[in-house]
Amino acid sequence: MKTLVFLEHHEGVLQKDSLGVLSKAVSLGGEVEAVVLGQGVEELAAGAGRFGATRVHVMDDVLLAAPLPQPRVDALETLVGEGGFDTVLFAASVLSADVAAGLAARLGAGLNYDLTDLVVEDGQLVGKRPALGDSVYVDAGWTSEPRLALVRSGTFEPSETGGSPDVQAYESRFQDFSLAATMVEQAHEEAEGPSIEDAEVIVAGGRGLGGPEGFAQVEELAKALGGAVAATRAVVDAGWYPYAAQVGQTGKTVSPKLYVAVGISGAIQHKVGMQSSALIVAINKDPNAPIFEYADFGVVGDLNEIVPKLTELVRQRRAA
Amino acid sequence: MKIAVCVKCVPDSSAHTRIDPATKRLDRSGEAALNAFDVNAVEEALRLREAAGEAEVVVLSLGPERALEPMRKALAMGADRLVLVSDEGAAGSDLVATSRILGAALERESPDLVLFGQQASDADGAVLQAAVADRLQRPLISQVAELTREDGKLRGKRQTEYGYDVIEAPLPAVVAVSDAINEPRYPSLKGIMGAKSKPQETLSLGDLGVAADEAGEAGSRTTVLALGEPPARGDTVKIEDDGSGADKILKFLLEKKAL
Ligand SMILES: Cc1cc2nc3c(=O)[nH]c(=O)nc-3n(C[C@H](O)[C@H](O)[C@H](O)COP(=O)(O)OP(=O)(O)OC[C@H]3O[C@@H](n4cnc5c(N)ncnc54)[C@H](O)[C@@H]3O)c2cc1C
Ligand SMILES: Nc1ncnc2c1ncn2[C@@H]1O[C@H](COP(=O)(O)O)[C@@H](O)[C@H]1O
Repeated sequence: MKTLVFLEHHEGVLQKDSLGVLSKAVSLGGEVEAVVLGQGVEELAAGAGRFGATRVHVMDDVLLAAPLPQPRVDALETLVGEGGFDTVLFAASVLSADVAAGLAARLGAGLNYDLTDLVVEDGQLVGKRPALGDSVYVDAGWTSEPRLALVRSGTFEPSETGGSPDVQAYESRFQDFSLAATMVEQAHEEAEGPSIEDAEVIVAGGRGLGGPEGFAQVEELAKALGGAVAATRAVVDAGWYPYAAQVGQTGKTVSPKLYVAVGISGAIQHKVGMQSSALIVAINKDPNAPIFEYADFGVVGDLNEIVPKLTELVRQRRAA
Repeated sequence: MKIAVCVKCVPDSSAHTRIDPATKRLDRSGEAALNAFDVNAVEEALRLREAAGEAEVVVLSLGPERALEPMRKALAMGADRLVLVSDEGAAGSDLVATSRILGAALERESPDLVLFGQQASDADGAVLQAAVADRLQRPLISQVAELTREDGKLRGKRQTEYGYDVIEAPLPAVVAVSDAINEPRYPSLKGIMGAKSKPQETLSLGDLGVAADEAGEAGSRTTVLALGEPPARGDTVKIEDDGSGADKILKFLLEKKAL
C-alpha cells in the first residue's frame, strides 16, 4: 500500500482530524506520505513528520492561498499520478469533502465517505461506515485504485510516532475552471461568544423551535437546569442563534453530563459534535427522527407542550 | 437563464429504511419522497427566476421510474419541466458513476446554473455536487446559506469549520445550498393541478450516450462487502408523549442523578 494523506491547515496550524487520519494510515502499514497545499506552508510540512509521514509533498502557490477545493483537485491529480499512490485519505471537512469528491470524478476513482474506521482485512483495505442514521454498519471496499476515502470528523486521534520527513516541493498546472471561483472573504476565528465547551448541562435547540423566538423556552430550560444553550447549523445559518453556540462538524464538540436536544433531527454532522455526552435526552415530534437512534431517553411529542412543563417541574424540584 | 436543479428521491422518512441484505443496496420499495434538502434547492431556483424576471427551471434526477411522482412536487412548486434518467443499468451507481450520468444529462441541458441540495438524507454524503462540478468543468460553491447574483456573478456565503466564507463565481456554475437558505413554499392547488401537464421526460443511458460499463455496478469503483449491526449502544428508551412526557423526563433525570 502506498498512501497519501491530505493535510488540511488553518491559520498556520495543521488540522487535528487530518493528523489523526495520518496516524491511522501509519498504523495500517505500507508507505505513508502526506501533502500540504497552500501558500507559505513549507514549515507546516516539516511538522507532519512527527505524526509518521516519511515524506511530505508541498505545493506552495499563491493560487492555493484561499482554501478553495478546485485548484486542490488539480494539484492532487498531478501528485497521485506522479507518485503512484494507490490510496488517498482525507479527514472530512467542508473543504476536504469537495476536494475528495472532485478528485474521485477527475480520476474515475472510488470514494468511500463518512468512514468511522479503516482496517486491512486479508491484505485488503476496508472502510467501516455506519449508514442510515448509524442503524447499520457497512463494510465498504474499492474495486480499483486509487482508493479514496473520507473519514468522519473526530474519528482518529493523532499520535506522535515519527521524526523529520523528507519535504519535497512540487508543481502542478491549474485548469482554467478551477480558478474561476474566488474567495471574497475568508472565515477567521469568530469573536468570543457564550462558552458551551465547559458546560456540564447543555440544552440545544434546532429548527423545530420554529423561529428565533423559540429559543426563549430553550433558554428558560437551560437556566432551570443550570446549563448552557447550544444550536444546530440550520438555525445558526438562518440567523436564529450565534455561531459560537453551534454544535457539530463545523461547530463545537461538546461532552456534557447531560445534553437535551429540542427540535433537532440529529443529522450525522450534528451528532459528531455531541455524541460523547454522558446522557442524551431528545424531544422531537417525528418518531423517525435519527436522534432517537442514539438518545438515551427520547420523547416523541410537541416541544411547545413539553419544554415549558419540564422547565416548571425542574424549577419546583430545585426549589424544594 | 436556465437553471437545473438536481434532486433525489429518497425513502419517505415515515417508512422504516433498511438495506436489502440480498442486493446490499438501499431498499427503495417504501414510499418515495423528494429529499427535503433538495426542496430548498428548488425554492432557491424559483427565487432566482423571480429575481431575474425570466428563467427556465428544470428538475433533474437519476432514479427509478417511481421517482416521477415525488419529482412532480417540484413542478407543483413552480418548476417548468422535469427530466428523469431511469435505467435498470444505472441501479447501484456510486459517486463516480452517478456523477458521470448526471454530468451527461446536464451537458445535454447546458444550463447556466446547476443547483444541488446540501445532502441526500439517505446517504448524507454531501459529495455529489463537487464530483459533478468537476465533470462539467465549472466553478463550485457548496453549502451556501446565502446566495446573491450581480453582474452575472454569483456570491455565496457559507459556513466552514472556522466561520463564514464568502465565495464568488461566474456563470455557468454549480452551487449546493444549505437547508437554512430559505423557507420553501408549499405548492398551491393550482400548482398541483398544473404539474401533471408540464413536460416530463424520461431518458435511458442510451439516450445520454453512457455505455453500460460506465454505469451501475459495472461503472462504480466502490462496493459493499458486508453488512453488520452497529455496536450496541446500551439502553435507549423512546416514549410517545401522552401529556406526561415532561414528568417522565424529570423521572429519568432523577434516576440518572442528573439533577
Ligand atoms: C459539511 C456539513 C457540515 C455540517 N455541520 C453541522 C454542524 O456543525 N452542526 C449541525 O447541527 N449541523 C451541521 N450540518 C447540517 C446537518 O446536516 C443538518 O442539516 C442540521 O443539523 C439540521 O438541523 P436541525 O436538526 O435544527 O433541523 P431539521 O433537520 O430541520 O430538524 C428539525 C426537527 O425538529 C422537529 N420538530 C419540528 N417541530 C417540532 C415540534 N413542535 N416539537 C418537536 N419537534 C419538532 C422535526 O421533527 C425535525 O426532526 C452540516 C452539514 C454539512 C453538509
Ligand atoms: N440520484 C440523484 N439524482 C439527482 N440528484 C442527486 C441524486 N443523488 C444526489 N443528488 C443531489 O446531490 C446532492 C448531494 O447528494 P449526496 O452527495 O448523495 O449526499 C443532493 O442534495 C441532490 O441535490
